[in-house]
Amino acid sequence: MNTKTPHPLLVADQITKRFGQTEVLRGISLSANPGDVIALIGSSGSGKSTFLRCLNLLERPNSGRIALNGEVLELAADRDGALNATNPVQLRRFRSRISMVFQHFNLWAHMTAERNVTEGLTVVLGLSQNEATERAQHYLQKVGVIHRKDAYPAHLSGGEQQRVAIARALAMEPDVMLFDEPTSALDPELVGEVLRVMRAVAEEGRTMIVVTHEMSFAREVSSEVVFLSKGVVAERGRPEDVLLKPQSERLQAFLANSLK
Amino acid sequence: MIDWSVIATSLPDFLAGLKVTLLLLVISLSTGLLLSVPLAVARVSSNPLLSKPVWLYTYVIRGTPLLVQLFIIYYGFAQIDLIRNSSAWPLFREAWFCAWLAFSINTTAYTTEIIAGALRATPAGEVEAAKSLGMTTFDLYRRILLPGAFRRALPQYSNEAVGMMHATAIASTVTLVDLTRVARDVYANHLATVEAFGTVAVFYFVLTFSLIGLFRLAERHWLKHLRAQVAAPSTLVAK
Repeated sequence: MNTKTPHPLLVADQITKRFGQTEVLRGISLSANPGDVIALIGSSGSGKSTFLRCLNLLERPNSGRIALNGEVLELAADRDGALNATNPVQLRRFRSRISMVFQHFNLWAHMTAERNVTEGLTVVLGLSQNEATERAQHYLQKVGVIHRKDAYPAHLSGGEQQRVAIARALAMEPDVMLFDEPTSALDPELVGEVLRVMRAVAEEGRTMIVVTHEMSFAREVSSEVVFLSKGVVAERGRPEDVLLKPQSERLQAFLANSLK
Repeated sequence: MIDWSVIATSLPDFLAGLKVTLLLLVISLSTGLLLSVPLAVARVSSNPLLSKPVWLYTYVIRGTPLLVQLFIIYYGFAQIDLIRNSSAWPLFREAWFCAWLAFSINTTAYTTEIIAGALRATPAGEVEAAKSLGMTTFDLYRRILLPGAFRRALPQYSNEAVGMMHATAIASTVTLVDLTRVARDVYANHLATVEAFGTVAVFYFVLTFSLIGLFRLAERHWLKHLRAQVAAPSTLVAK
């Protein structure tokens, strides 16, 4: 991957986003090649979560271009100036290829851990119940919560819930996985188990875009670090460059704060 | 003193009345449940053309007494030539049909609001998760929103069902011989207040608690995911 650049899996081009008068994203671009682990860092309000949510259109950007595997997502501005997917079938296909892990897990409360994983497989991918169960158990095993497969989310710890959510995203066998501050809502002692799972996922060569405050994860696991500040990319590069030799004052200040 | 012979001789009438009460309850509740699901979905829609008419319907129905609604349908409609001359008249002439219609319209309004409230209470994250996997809106409702909402609505719906059961007593005002009507007849025939209304009170009491018991069972099954967990089995074994 270092010698030759393969064709990028996911490309986001000049994404902008306004909330009312505030410009949250002022033209952010990103390109993920197969196997890349891109860490998005930045202080709260820098737009990193909003940007991530624009990639699967949970948030509608005001302008920009998104392409998956070379296929451009069909977008058109509507009356309020935000972009809408004009082809709902294409949007759903994109979303099924770009799975997301949320800060607050977002498991479905009335379903067991296993059902949470099989649901997308049967409903979206059209797998049979047996195939789906088999695949779900495989991934629940992988993230280490197979022994809790019949438990409901409310009966799981935060760390277990997040690992089920990662299994749910993994089981879709997507092209790209998005992680939106996956450890921010966890008790400190539960962060480790989730990071270990994410590290294992990264080591399998999966393409990941991770919004995170975990600097050690960014440093040790990511292949690229992107530092967002006030809606623009302030610095980007290899983790050892960005995190150890920050150029801008903003990044220096941010790193000084987050290492305390 | 209680005259047990009055109760004994009128017991078959009470049982017949019970059948009428139960039948009326079951057909009204099932009609209400069936209609309120699509109406609740419309009620929470962001499209005002869908949500406003449903809002108006539930607003009007919940703002007027069931007795008045029943009288309008049973007595009022009979005054309107348009209905008297229409092919639906044979139906509107029937007390059974009018009671079923009035009760269904009434319980549908309340049930719609209950389900709509439960739909609105869906955590936004559950919807986002479904969208992020690429689910269609139809699947989102079918698999996530409605199953979650039904469960959340269950405790409140059990109140509606019990309330509806008590409200069936109103059917006795339009010639249906339900439990209450039987009690009034027994009273009229024997002038035995306690025997007539005491007995019917016991019937309603037993009905109410059977209904509540049924809902308890349903909640135990469908609300498993909300129950506080007792100690895991392993910790019980390990002293």
